[in-house]
Amino acid sequence: MIQTKPAPVVPGFEYAPSPETTQPKIRDRYGLFIGGEWVSPKSGESFATINPATEEKLADIAFAGPEDVNRAVEAARRAYDKYWRKMPGSERAKYVYRIGRILAERSREFAVLESMDGGKPIRESRDFDVPQAAAHFFYHAGWADKLEWAVQSPETIQPLGVVGAIVPWNFPLLIATWKIAPALACGNTIVLKPAETTPLTALLLAEVMQEADLPPGVVNVITGDGRTGAALVEHQDTDKLSFTGSTEVGKMIRRATAGTRKKLALELGGKAAFIVYEDAPLDQVIEGIVSAIYFNQGHVCCAGSRLLLQEPIYEEIIERLRARIETLRHGDPLDKNTDVGAINSRMQRDRIVELVNSGISEGAHLVQASCPLPERGYWYPASFFTNVQPTHRIAREEIFGPVLSIMTFRTADEAIERANNLPYGLSAGIWTASGQLGMYTAARMQAGVVWCNTFNQFDPSSPFGGYKESGFGREGGLAGLRDYLR
Amino acid sequence: MARAPSVDAVMLEARATVLTKRSIKKSSKLAGIDISIACMDLTTLEGKDSPGKVRSVCARAVSPAPGVRSVAAVCVYPTLVPECVRALDGSKVLVASVATAFPSGLSPLDVKLRETREAVAMGADEIDMVIDRGALLAGRETEVFAEIVAVKEACGQAALKVILEAGELGSYALIRRACDIALAAGADFIKNSTGKIPISTTPGIALLMAEAIRDHHRKTGRSAGLKIAGGIRTTKAALGYLSLVKETLGDAWLHPDRFRIGASSLLDDLLMQREKELTGSYSALAYVAQA
Repeated sequence: MIQTKPAPVVPGFEYAPSPETTQPKIRDRYGLFIGGEWVSPKSGESFATINPATEEKLADIAFAGPEDVNRAVEAARRAYDKYWRKMPGSERAKYVYRIGRILAERSREFAVLESMDGGKPIRESRDFDVPQAAAHFFYHAGWADKLEWAVQSPETIQPLGVVGAIVPWNFPLLIATWKIAPALACGNTIVLKPAETTPLTALLLAEVMQEADLPPGVVNVITGDGRTGAALVEHQDTDKLSFTGSTEVGKMIRRATAGTRKKLALELGGKAAFIVYEDAPLDQVIEGIVSAIYFNQGHVCCAGSRLLLQEPIYEEIIERLRARIETLRHGDPLDKNTDVGAINSRMQRDRIVELVNSGISEGAHLVQASCPLPERGYWYPASFFTNVQPTHRIAREEIFGPVLSIMTFRTADEAIERANNLPYGLSAGIWTASGQLGMYTAARMQAGVVWCNTFNQFDPSSPFGGYKESGFGREGGLAGLRDYLR
Repeated sequence: MARAPSVDAVMLEARATVLTKRSIKKSSKLAGIDISIACMDLTTLEGKDSPGKVRSVCARAVSPAPGVRSVAAVCVYPTLVPECVRALDGSKVLVASVATAFPSGLSPLDVKLRETREAVAMGADEIDMVIDRGALLAGRETEVFAEIVAVKEACGQAALKVILEAGELGSYALIRRACDIALAAGADFIKNSTGKIPISTTPGIALLMAEAIRDHHRKTGRSAGLKIAGGIRTTKAALGYLSLVKETLGDAWLHPDRFRIGASSLLDDLLMQREKELTGSYSALAYVAQA
């Protein structure tokens, strides 16, 4: 730079810690939310939920055994017969809307709690999870008195009855609302079982149900692990089961419900292809990749975990991505500038490590962000693999962590073939400046959602769900709504 | 020049929004304020500018407030360069002059070159030129490139900032193209706007320009600078752009050699916020000496 006078010395510019200061009220001990009340579990057991960023206990959570599950389903059935099925849609709409309002008003509390219990960055829980959750209630409140427009034969509209909902730990509040909001709008009652590592926002949501004066038993929240979930699946008196989680458990649920009257919706695993053509907007591709695989530490069923690059841009993208992951800020989930938070549990961290080791031993080359990670808590740095072959485990199995597998292709048809060559089919991403090429590729994706030149875009009016072993049934939009009607 | 990279507006703006909304508190806020002042081109570009106005702007540039270091440069119209040189004599503050028929750029090339040479001859350390947007929009890229090369030559030892007037170019792809042309033609800085049109500085435009500078550095090893100008009035906005530069180009760019903020009223808010960070309370605007 040409300077005729010496330039002044300037100070350094590092971001000082900027933790979110809202303190949500967390009780020492939580009961089960059944029939509109907090009750002690008949099982007499409880378990701890911890903060994965610090490994500190947050609260003791009641464990729901089969008797408790039965109590919850009975309460839901009573509420269905006594209040909810008889209530006009216009009245149900008011409740659903009120729940959305309270959720929105208490959004900061929900966001902080979600980040504490699950490890996701506050920027994500604050700007994505909680606003989306509120939006689902608002969207479905609008449907409650207009259901005749949603179905083919309006004269026979009927709710299903009691819904059993089992939700995962990656978007605990949001996926719970994906199920609660349409269930309530359509006139069903619900028994919700959150994941054992992230029960707190579902329990806070139960408080919101009380605050909204929802008739007792319309929404019930029972906490526990896989055994609680199994008891709910096996209970005779539910009319629908909606499960979001692993493909393995999804298959078990499908077997267990075969031959029953239960309607079933499964939203399971994924291993989405993220296809980049050589004419794509490269800087935005990098940001798309970051969103696709490092959003929520990669704990995303629709994560773009297989990057397929057209050969001419392979080196360029690798070089840019290598530089970009160095700028990701890992650490305290409650810091407003954190980009990558904590891994949800020790078990999940161990699973990520095991799969990464398999990738190394199968001959792929691992690149990781070099930033220091906190000593306590569960962490994994933003990572990607080059030299991945389609036969490698890391190219076929869902890692559910911040680890990307990168492969190449030569032609559109080869990209399409590689993208579809897995049992999964939840989502896909396509990047190109050519509208024609984008449409050609999108039409051939075996995936429930295809994003073009973007990724991870959600809206309550847009249905979400899978192809093949990523499940069936839709959540959101008209298609999702119809799944809650007879 | 290689094929222009395509640009997708949605993801560009999403990324720019994240970068300009970082939470900057306490010590980092204070450091950011000091960098913003040190990287500032304190600007007065009005038809009614007079020697007296320029003297008061220069006095403020040298010593914005007690204990506050000087800004990077004062930016004026060519005829006011001599006054600026006198007023800044003995200080570290550089003299910057707009030239090349600012802000439209629609004069014959020999007139623009003569204006540039005279501004430098009168003592300008830096020249802020405008590109011929009409030529670029009409697809005459070579002409735009050649004109920047000619002005650069006319600058001699003076640094050249090339104003793209991004808000007039109509698409991110063309803005990116303009960045690449200016950088290839030897611009020491690329600058988004004259500040004379409604769309001047946006996070998306700033990010796109920073990416062009980063790519230019990666390909050629040359470190060109970024100047953002127009509509930046608050500390919050300035700190947002610092974060954008830091995370896109790196800490080495947070220096007046490589980053400038062109502004006239921003300094008021920076000084008020600085006072607040140091004392814990805001001062009234009346306590901030203005030019």
